[in-house]
Amino acid sequence: MYDVYKIRRDFPILSLTINGKPNVFLDSAASAQKPSKVIETMHHLYMNEYANVHRGSYYLSEQITSAYEEARSRIHQFLNTKSDKEIVFVRNATEGINLVAATWGKKFLKAGDEVLISEAEHHANLVPWQMLRDELGITLKIFKISDEGEYLEEEYLKLLSEKTKLVAVTGMSNVLGTVFPIKKMAEQAHQNGALFLVDACQYAVHQKVDVQDLDCDFLVFSGHKLYGPSGIGVLYGKYNVLDSMPPYQFGGDMVDTVTYEKATFNEPPFRFEAGTPAIMQAIGLGEAIKYISSLSMENIFKHEQELTTYTTNALSEIKGLKIIGQAKDKGGVFSFNVEGMHPQDLAFILDKEGVSVRTGHHCAQPIVNRMGYESLARASLGLYSTKEDIDALVAAIRKAQKFF
Amino acid sequence: MTIEELIDNFAFLDGWEEKYSYIIELGSQLESLDESYRTEEWKVRGCQSQVWLEPQIKNGKIHFKGDSDAFIVKGLIAIVLMIYSDKSAQEIKEIEVEEIFAKLGLQEHLSPSRRNGLFSMVEKIKEYADALK
Repeated sequence: MYDVYKIRRDFPILSLTINGKPNVFLDSAASAQKPSKVIETMHHLYMNEYANVHRGSYYLSEQITSAYEEARSRIHQFLNTKSDKEIVFVRNATEGINLVAATWGKKFLKAGDEVLISEAEHHANLVPWQMLRDELGITLKIFKISDEGEYLEEEYLKLLSEKTKLVAVTGMSNVLGTVFPIKKMAEQAHQNGALFLVDACQYAVHQKVDVQDLDCDFLVFSGHKLYGPSGIGVLYGKYNVLDSMPPYQFGGDMVDTVTYEKATFNEPPFRFEAGTPAIMQAIGLGEAIKYISSLSMENIFKHEQELTTYTTNALSEIKGLKIIGQAKDKGGVFSFNVEGMHPQDLAFILDKEGVSVRTGHHCAQPIVNRMGYESLARASLGLYSTKEDIDALVAAIRKAQKFF
Repeated sequence: MTIEELIDNFAFLDGWEEKYSYIIELGSQLESLDESYRTEEWKVRGCQSQVWLEPQIKNGKIHFKGDSDAFIVKGLIAIVLMIYSDKSAQEIKEIEVEEIFAKLGLQEHLSPSRRNGLFSMVEKIKEYADALK
């Protein structure tokens, strides 16, 4: 039994009032709120067990190193990777993709090779490839999606060829909510000899990820969207792929032996973790994963799917409101436009009613423009969202409509 | 209307609803911007809505026109221009805009983290004033 009202009590911030109104937080796709357990664990460690990791053979360092490596192990279980050596800690998904572009990309791509992405990518999975294109002379191909935001297999297959060396796609669009059939897409990529990278920032938050089942070569996500702290993210890579890649940055912890003349480098994942890492943030993320696993991803998925249907119906009843992104397989992300109202104006009024939504281009300018807009409002769901949140959103939109 | 008159008018408004309605009305009365200025070149950066600013120098003073595609933002621009337009560079420099916005109860809109363009617009106005000196 998934008791969302009981679960909400685990998130202290949700009981706040905003402008004297209950906190209706509908911007979890930008960053999710944190359960007490994550906040308390980090606080407790700073108070009682803090030291650097992988350094000293003394009590505190051993304690914290084992907590840090336990977090890696939790992520390994969460994603069902073959080994915890396949989990690289990075700052966020953006850094994960940049790391792949800068190491794997520069080593294995040459002029004429193609990288294939979708029209619905976040800037983080678009701009690094544009930069690599300009530097190496590779070609960046972008496959189309439908006007409703639906994945179109024929468009994908049209651009997938032997020239494709990497397919990099979002598992779930942060603007449209569209869920891409990444397992099948990965299989098709592999048939053409390409590697497959999943931007799982939204995807991993809403459904179970099994990288061995998906058979993707890389997968990235950000901790702060997964109810963990900011400043930590994960790059998963198949071990043999990671092992073929040169280091990303240089410094401590990523080396094996160093003389004044030269250095040899450590094995993955440490090869890619130069310098003191985000220790507390990694452990906090491990704690967040423990928390969501205790609720079970299946239950979270079911709860959010029900609420997604409820939200679609509720928003559709508002006159002049258009939901942008109506794919059949979609998660709890609702970009919308209200006729005669700028999203910025709408957000000002929603804010006064205690309702937090995102406005703008959502770091995915091309897809917002491609759908015919400069700017959109976006409401997004988290595991703690309720029908009451949606009712409050609807009431606030109706109130805003009276102003214009 | 002078800014002092506006502050007086604001004192009579009850709650944010009346305030916002009034701001939207101020925006609708804003002197219109010449089409040729609704371009990238005259856009104020860092806004979630589109904001344009056009400076004209008249007798040593700067006359500003502005516009936005968002109505509340346009109303807020009307207030900013009420404060800054037709002033000399020296006068512009001496204005304590935060104080005025606090009197109006709109201080949150001047915060750089709001990204509604007002903060950037005030910065831009100060830049023009500096260039004139």
